[in-house]
Amino acid sequence: MYVRAYGKPKSIYGVFERKPGDPRTTHYCPGCGHGNVHKYIAEAIDDFGIQDRTILISPVGCAVFAYYYFDVGNVQAAHGRAPAVATAIKRARPDSIVISYQGDGDLAAIGGNEILHAANRGENITVFFINNAIYGMTGGQMAPTTLPGQITTTTPMGRAPEREGFPLRVSELLASLEGPTYIERVALFDNKSRMRARKAIRKAIQVQLEGRGFSLVEILSPCPTGWGMTPAQACEWIQKEMLRYFPLGVFKDVSATRPPVHTAASREAMPLPSVASPEDIFALLGLEGVESVSPPLMRETEIPARYRNPRIKVAGFGGQGVLFLGRLLAEAGMRQGYHVSWLPSYGPEMRGGTAHCHVTISTEPIASPLVSRPSVLIAMNQPSLERFEPEVIPGGLILYDSSLISTRPRRTDVETLPVPATQIADQLGGAKAANMVALGAYLGLTKVLPAESVIVTLERMVENRSLLELNVKSLQAGLDYVSAR
Amino acid sequence: MNVERIEDRGRVEILEDQCKGCGLCVAACPVQVLVMAEYLNSYGYHPARYVGRGCTGCGVCYYACPEPAAITVYLREAAAVRA
Amino acid sequence: MARVLMKGNEAAIIGAILAGCRSFYGYPITPASELAEAAARYFPLVGGTFLQAESEVAAINMVYGAAAAGERTMTASSGPGLSLMQEGISYLAGAELPAVIVDVMRGGPGLGNIAPEQSDYHQIVKGGGHGNYRTIVLAPNSVQEMCDLTMLAFELADRYRNPVIVLTDGFIGQMMEPVELPRTLARPSEKPWAVTGTAETRPNLITSIYLNPEELEAHIRRLEAKYAHAARHVVMYEKHRTEDAELIAIGYGIVSRVLKAAVEQARAEGLKVGLFRPITLWPFPSREISVMADWARCFLVVELSHGQLVEDVRLAVHGERPVKLYTRVGGIVPTAEELLEQIRKVSEENDVRASLRETEEYLWGV
Repeated sequence: MYVRAYGKPKSIYGVFERKPGDPRTTHYCPGCGHGNVHKYIAEAIDDFGIQDRTILISPVGCAVFAYYYFDVGNVQAAHGRAPAVATAIKRARPDSIVISYQGDGDLAAIGGNEILHAANRGENITVFFINNAIYGMTGGQMAPTTLPGQITTTTPMGRAPEREGFPLRVSELLASLEGPTYIERVALFDNKSRMRARKAIRKAIQVQLEGRGFSLVEILSPCPTGWGMTPAQACEWIQKEMLRYFPLGVFKDVSATRPPVHTAASREAMPLPSVASPEDIFALLGLEGVESVSPPLMRETEIPARYRNPRIKVAGFGGQGVLFLGRLLAEAGMRQGYHVSWLPSYGPEMRGGTAHCHVTISTEPIASPLVSRPSVLIAMNQPSLERFEPEVIPGGLILYDSSLISTRPRRTDVETLPVPATQIADQLGGAKAANMVALGAYLGLTKVLPAESVIVTLERMVENRSLLELNVKSLQAGLDYVSAR
Repeated sequence: MNVERIEDRGRVEILEDQCKGCGLCVAACPVQVLVMAEYLNSYGYHPARYVGRGCTGCGVCYYACPEPAAITVYLREAAAVRA
Repeated sequence: MARVLMKGNEAAIIGAILAGCRSFYGYPITPASELAEAAARYFPLVGGTFLQAESEVAAINMVYGAAAAGERTMTASSGPGLSLMQEGISYLAGAELPAVIVDVMRGGPGLGNIAPEQSDYHQIVKGGGHGNYRTIVLAPNSVQEMCDLTMLAFELADRYRNPVIVLTDGFIGQMMEPVELPRTLARPSEKPWAVTGTAETRPNLITSIYLNPEELEAHIRRLEAKYAHAARHVVMYEKHRTEDAELIAIGYGIVSRVLKAAVEQARAEGLKVGLFRPITLWPFPSREISVMADWARCFLVVELSHGQLVEDVRLAVHGERPVKLYTRVGGIVPTAEELLEQIRKVSEENDVRASLRETEEYLWGV
């Protein structure tokens, strides 16, 4: 009696139903190494008992149809992007075993960035990298791994390193990174090398299974058709030519010392938070909504008519806190039940140059948040005053920091309020709080918002106690400055 | 049952219609009991063929063959237990 | 009612989390970076994933992976990044994977600048990638809508198994307005087609390759049917004082906000002007616009791009009424006063006599 000892792994379909044509043989050419690697991977999947958990990512290249054969979950990816796809699948489904199967064009040329970074992040995935020194599927063009002198359809005179560069040694390159756990180069040219490949493939999957991080096996694999050789010659060429440039061996293996970090146990130790309601989420995010005061605390009658529903532009140097001043106004306005909007200048100019923001506080819904014709300009430096003065509507208000601005506004059809904000703040212990002095002066003059409401808002926005104290003091000084005027 | 076969430790079964005639198994077989057939299979390849005796059941041909299901290797029961 | 003052970019992330999105893959770019920053802060707190990808190319392919694994997932970027993502968006559509992409538009072409433009209209609304596909495109014009429409985007993405793009601009993304926090929590739908690494999903395959032309044609026809369904059921728009309007101004995003202010001012001057704002840019509210051609004498399209939106409006109006175009590009947002001036000008040019004359010219060639 004989028993079956070696045969088709369970994780390879008995009938290739997804494949057009003959459903029992692969689409690979005679002597191609893809089939061998498929078998070794499937055998390991069987032996580890992970068929249901495995997700295989097919590349673009000859192995684009790997899903014809592997009876596992299958995802086909864009050219070179399999490591990125694998990264997210593994993070979304940490219990799955994610295998990225890629050729040399896919991995080492177009996908060079994706493999580099997935390896560097130490993603807990396994990559099988088929290096056959050529683009097989598109008909034998040069690959990043094509050997010097090797003739391909796009290097008809042979690859010249001075023209096309040298072949990329992916294993050596990736092994220089801290992230990967296990990297080995194997080959398929004789019985011994095939057994070594089989073992490496198994180990790479085991590394992932144990949660020890990124593993990659580079496989020097015959492409008799692309190389224009018989399968036997192809094996010989790997041994004689490819090995000279691509030495076999383990380039990195820290699997014994790297502690498993991506395990089921570690996930159980950190259970997902329960989110049964929006309130749960807001609590987790620390989002505290401001309940609108009802009825709204709009003290319109206390506000002189010309100051109601202000459209404000606040402008100054980056670092003067003009964006903060605007936010504070908007936030406090919202607290009082107004419609508010705040629109900043953004980008490099707020990191050093001038900054400004548009603030609208209104009893009506706000159409445009863009304040092109402000009724209020708070100018904290000379350039801001010069730039925005002409925009202010007739009868509007220009409040400016007279400690930094030496010239008066030229407009005669607007109200002006010079406030030595920086000087006052400096005396209080921090010139940086000039914005609060200006704000205090603005509120003191216009009564647009009650100062106590602004202070409550400040308390919510500023965590640092001493900074908060300085801000409140400065705000008060601004109020006092106006009332003493 | 064939007496000569029972004497062999292993037995190799090649599905000729799944063979692409690459010859890697023939080259790989340590005891050289595989040959390329003179005839062609339905795809026009000379399939590999087991000469019928001498297989040790080592499995090397299976690992050399790129086709998933073309080669199955069987071991005599007693040998399988040891393996 | 609890309200929070926040940036549009942050509101989109809050909406995403409420919609059950649990992963964000992105790459920094102004003016969209706050999305990534908010995601980095918030997603881990609800057990989600934030990962800063090595490029937009990687980011969109990570989104592809997460979506294939059945997770609600998203990314965000601005024009230059979206250009890089187009390959992935085509694959998402081809493989029928749901995902949400937020595009906070900036000035282009090339590096352009970081100020608000709407020049991604063509690449987003018409589909900037290869192949026969569509993306549903939602255009918020407030911080509240950044939250609400992002939530909706996830529902639509799941329903149609297709990428949905929230198309916004630097101003809507950067500005702060109060957001009423939504009271509902969306539950991601069951995804029996996903590949999740289980026995039940082992037979599943996510792919966009159909080598056989007949099969690919059948696949494309299936996608078309989906898009036709969306075109019937997912059209959204806002009308403001259009019922008796002789001139209808059309704009989306930040432009619609400024237009609204201009329309109000024009009405105060006695001009019969209305505002029509497409909220879905695809499917485009063509029928609603063509209906208005029955009474409106003229349309004025305002966009921050050099005549992209206007093409869709002209197709909808079908030559029945003049469609004027006013654009600002380079990152300049027109002021309400500037648009009021345009409204006045176009109103004058298109009085009754002028429109009669046009009709006569059309009929008799005089």
